[in-house]
Amino acid sequence: MSAALVEALERGLDAPICLTWELTYGCNLACAHCLSSSGRRDPAELSTAEAMAVIDELAAMSVFYVNIGGGEPTIRSDFYELVEHAVASGVGVKFSTNGTTMTAARARRLAATDYLDVQVSLDGADAATNDALRGAGSFAAARRAMDHLATAGFEGFKISVVVTRHNLHQLDALEALAAGYGAQLRLTRLRPSGRAAAIWSELHPTADQQVELYRWLVARPGVLTGDSFFHLSALGDPLPGLNLCGAGRVVCLIDPVGDVYACPFVLHEQFRAGSVRSHGGFAGVWRDSPLMRSLRAPTSPGACGSCGSYDSCRGGCMAAKFFTGLPLAGPDPECVHGLGAAALAAAGAQDERAAVAGGAAAGVQDERAAVAGGTAAGAAERRAGSPDHSTPVRISRHPRTRWPTSGR
Amino acid sequence: MRGVLIADFDPAAPYRLDPRVALRDEPFGALAYHYGSRRLSFLRSPELVEVLRCLERHTSAAAAVDSVVALPDRERHLRALAALVRSEMVVPG
Repeated sequence: MSAALVEALERGLDAPICLTWELTYGCNLACAHCLSSSGRRDPAELSTAEAMAVIDELAAMSVFYVNIGGGEPTIRSDFYELVEHAVASGVGVKFSTNGTTMTAARARRLAATDYLDVQVSLDGADAATNDALRGAGSFAAARRAMDHLATAGFEGFKISVVVTRHNLHQLDALEALAAGYGAQLRLTRLRPSGRAAAIWSELHPTADQQVELYRWLVARPGVLTGDSFFHLSALGDPLPGLNLCGAGRVVCLIDPVGDVYACPFVLHEQFRAGSVRSHGGFAGVWRDSPLMRSLRAPTSPGACGSCGSYDSCRGGCMAAKFFTGLPLAGPDPECVHGLGAAALAAAGAQDERAAVAGGAAAGVQDERAAVAGGTAAGAAERRAGSPDHSTPVRISRHPRTRWPTSGR
Repeated sequence: MRGVLIADFDPAAPYRLDPRVALRDEPFGALAYHYGSRRLSFLRSPELVEVLRCLERHTSAAAAVDSVVALPDRERHLRALAALVRSEMVVPG
């Protein structure tokens, strides 16, 4: 991609190319790594009429497609109605499902709908690996859904896998599974958002595994990634895709109550740009919100400025940095040159010093132990209180405090 | 058509935008999205977008290009059309 085009995209487009729409936070599973900490439905979810109006607005803006997710979007009783309205309006739909609600009849209905992609989530090639994250019985349910789709003649549905330390060695098996269904394999990055913040440090691929993943992907340009892994492009030739952060520039997210977030992976008030329920609607938020505008302003590469790989990885993923407490202008926590790991370690050490300097003598010993063995989320939360830390103001694993789903 | 010898693309033949492709104007040119293949292309020249919009009204790809750009830019635009034929955004007319 030319430098001029990268610059044009980084300045932002008048409408997103596509966006993520979490239709509901209701879910019958409680995956350990859920980006949106889904569980219960929000009583203030957009009504059918409101959702239809959003679709009309997206169509008027020539948004080519929406990635519908959740929660489990198919539990909304108007789900198929909304999908059909979107498709009929020229807004293509890709939706993610855990597969539990799929029946033979629904699979036939989906197979008969144009401009529709289905992504069945599966996070391991066997039940043991998958169910450890997604819950008992979820592997069998996803496989049943795939069987229904294949039987209905739905060609090229997607099997969507979040790559972790524990399933990375199964990529070949997952590829074979997809091939057996005539399906497409889609791999996405584990981001430390939502519930995943608590387990990211133990689950994200190791440095060696990242190199393995990069080589595997380079050899398979047909495997979809949703541009997830552009931080790996610093390892050599760029992976297919835009290879830049699209947040607020070419993508964004609408949540179940109509709040618009700049980044599909940062459901946090600091990245909330506005609401589709406001006077200007979605278009007004996209075009005029100060947050969106700030993300389109030229950014400083920060600590990455002197690195020869910056043009390849563009500093990596904002969400990954945000939820691990790293400065947004600086390396991704999974920087392939190890700069992110070093920054995380250094930030942890800085916290220790701050704790000592602050005279919190009683807590110091425990604090050290926690840092040494702690999770990234824990480190981030501590860092938020550190006075000399310039970015994230407040880190929360669960931004929607109105109806916490913890305990599920 | 010296210099433009590309397999599967004949500048003297008629072409058209696949009816499943939508164009969306952008300051750098346009986005082209193919609803069938789900492929997204960045068209980095407003002139190329103009060529695509008038393509099916001309008896050949070359005639469509010539109606929009001057001779020095002809080959560049024919190459862009050839690339769009390869990605099936543009189909024989």
